[in-house]
Amino acid sequence: MLLNNINLADTLKKAQSGQDTGWIMHHILDSKELDLTPFGVIHLPELHLFGLDLSITKHVVFMWIAALILIITFIKVSKSYKKSLVPKGVTNLIEVLVLFVRDEIAKPTIGQGHEKFLPYLLTVFFFILTCNFLGLLPYAATSTSNLAVTATLAIMSFLVIQIGGILKNGFVGYFKGLLPHGIPFWLVPIMFVVELLGLFTKPFALAIRLFANMTAGHIVILALLGLIFILRTYFVVPVSISFALFIYLLEVLVAIIQAYIFTMLSSLFIGMAYHQEH
Amino acid sequence: MSYRLLLVLALVSEGGASGSPLDVNPGLMLWTIVTVFLLFLVLSKLAWKPILKSLNERENFIRESIEKAENARKEAERIIAENKANLQKAEAEAQKIVEQGREYAEKLKMQILEESKAQAKKMIEDAQKEIERKNIEAFSKLKEQVADIAVAAAEKIIRENLDKEKQIKLINKYLEDLSKN
Repeated sequence: MLLNNINLADTLKKAQSGQDTGWIMHHILDSKELDLTPFGVIHLPELHLFGLDLSITKHVVFMWIAALILIITFIKVSKSYKKSLVPKGVTNLIEVLVLFVRDEIAKPTIGQGHEKFLPYLLTVFFFILTCNFLGLLPYAATSTSNLAVTATLAIMSFLVIQIGGILKNGFVGYFKGLLPHGIPFWLVPIMFVVELLGLFTKPFALAIRLFANMTAGHIVILALLGLIFILRTYFVVPVSISFALFIYLLEVLVAIIQAYIFTMLSSLFIGMAYHQEH
Repeated sequence: MSYRLLLVLALVSEGGASGSPLDVNPGLMLWTIVTVFLLFLVLSKLAWKPILKSLNERENFIRESIEKAENARKEAERIIAENKANLQKAEAEAQKIVEQGREYAEKLKMQILEESKAQAKKMIEDAQKEIERKNIEAFSKLKEQVADIAVAAAEKIIRENLDKEKQIKLINKYLEDLSKN
């Protein structure tokens, strides 16, 4: 399939030689510079340690910006709670989201004992949400459209799910609980393998879903705008711009929905591992 | 479909030189772990703990307030109901007392009337009896007197019958006596 694609791509490339579409990937992919085109380019420091490329890349910078925004916001919010229990201003907005994660995500899916997982779920939710929204700003990059970032987040969720399940049910009890009740004994080895694989496919799906959703919208917007330059006509401008704007608004929705889905599914899997009797 | 085509175009243009979107950079993963973990630690201490605590406190406060208000309302309702019941009871009692009083008065009236009627009747009867008795007495006295007078007159007539003069005298005297009486 992939080979086929590459062959197709090769022909496409030959057919359109001279049409450079690299700028789309330039926007999507990670890089070692911040491209602020009319104002210049900032080259980020490179760092190599233990044979690993630990350079501070564009996506790292935007993760840090997201983290910084969150820390500043939450310092403000928690200060306002110290002043009075009645929320005001930004606190109202944050409170709605916090309550949403607590009452609509953690409580129904985990139930009893959800308090232990709330800090993780809240952190992931706000981090993904902020990263997603940062990607919608000019000059900014979407860290969550990088597979390495989403995979890491999914691995974290995976660890939280497994550790939560093992701490609650015991190491042996947890793996025993993976098997559905009342299956014939000869199915046990097969089911065990299936369920064990299931443990890994869940976070894998989490990673791919977030990555694909955050990448797709950007590519579509860039492609729509690219049409103007490929077709070299002004008539396509209103169409491209209005469609791009529509996709942009859709992306705002997707940014919220994907943060919600990642948190929701993590929470659901935690709940399944935590309360295995269900 | 268009998305795949675009992805293909993208793959082509990059030509594998600076990577594809499916590349996973271990350095970036490490940075992600570090960032998210630190963010988790900082926000746990800074935000989640105090915010969730405040939210719980506020929820408890609101719940308690509502419960208190509800209890107060129930208490008030209970008291109102009690008052109403008491009022009704008192009214009924008053009604009963008035009724009893009226009944008693009626009874008393009837009794007195009856008694007085009976008394009057008795008095009338007594009076009639007395009158009758008196009548009989008077009649018998009269009879006696008439008999006496008749006897006396007969006696005198018989006595005076002897002489005319005496007879006239006697009659005159008798008449005189009678008129004198």
